[in-house]
Amino acid sequence: MAVEAVSENSAKSDFWDGVRLSMPVVVAAAPFGLLFGAIAVDNGFSVFEAALMSALIFGGASQMVGIELFGQHVAPWLIVLSIFAVNFRHVLYSASIGRRIAHWPMISQALGYFVLTDPQFAIAEARAESGRSVGFVWYMAVGLPVYVFWVIESALGAVFGKLIPDTHALGLDFLLPIYFLGLVMGFRKRPLWLPVVVASAAASIVAYKTVGSPWHVSIGAIAGVLLAVILPPHHSGVETKP
Amino acid sequence: MSTTFWIIIAGAVATYLTRVGGHLVISRFDHIHPRVEAGLNAVPAAVLTTLVAPAALSAGPSEWAALVVAAVVSLRGGLMAMFLAGAVVLVLGRQFVG
Repeated sequence: MAVEAVSENSAKSDFWDGVRLSMPVVVAAAPFGLLFGAIAVDNGFSVFEAALMSALIFGGASQMVGIELFGQHVAPWLIVLSIFAVNFRHVLYSASIGRRIAHWPMISQALGYFVLTDPQFAIAEARAESGRSVGFVWYMAVGLPVYVFWVIESALGAVFGKLIPDTHALGLDFLLPIYFLGLVMGFRKRPLWLPVVVASAAASIVAYKTVGSPWHVSIGAIAGVLLAVILPPHHSGVETKP
Repeated sequence: MSTTFWIIIAGAVATYLTRVGGHLVISRFDHIHPRVEAGLNAVPAAVLTTLVAPAALSAGPSEWAALVVAAVVSLRGGLMAMFLAGAVVLVLGRQFVG
């Protein structure tokens, strides 16, 4: 009895600890959820499709990219490939967090990977590094509020976006490049960041002027990645890792 | 079902593969080739840059001012601060400059 009571108490405190940690993420993601919904509708999505995309993909940057390309009438396979490319960083999160949650039941692990966003990874890694165990209840208490609010905000943004009369004056069409610039700047501590950005920018601009949209996205991205592959490893800082 | 629906489904499957795939695939290898790892590290910046550069080139003074202000703010502030600063400059620019 006593043992049961103790474990129930710790599950409760784990839950509320997780919810507490999720709150700043919920607040920070709110404008982007609303923005995503509004832009999705602006680019030809229905309210249901906007909410569905948020519910099934749950990755802000990749959803923004997908919507932007959809609005440019890019081929569907290239939209999916771009979503995959933007989310590819999760592979590294997954490899890292896998060591912390490998003891969970299989279904729990499957759910855990579904909510593995950037903040989820950062918060879970921080807990693991501090020596505490990453339990399923705690982990989902961090992820679920972020998920639920993200879907609701996307739907609200989509409903509200239809009511905005002059989207140009509000700058809706250019908010995404600003947002993407922010994400690009967020990676600036990575090795080879500047050469990769310069190569991708130059290649995408040339491709945009010659081959045309949407191919500038793939061509520019390949140019940056190839540069990182071709440059000697001591420039890319990867050989210093254990 | 519409094309949009299938794009969303395929995008969701692709995304889930990235979230579960690292654990399933990469943890089996003791060692990733440094050049492959360097290429993987470059993916986000490379993809995202292509969504900024051509848009910036074909834009006007309001958009350029917004990008410059946002970039400067991002050196100190977080994503939210830089985004709001850029958005404010953009909206003001479009109201008064066009």
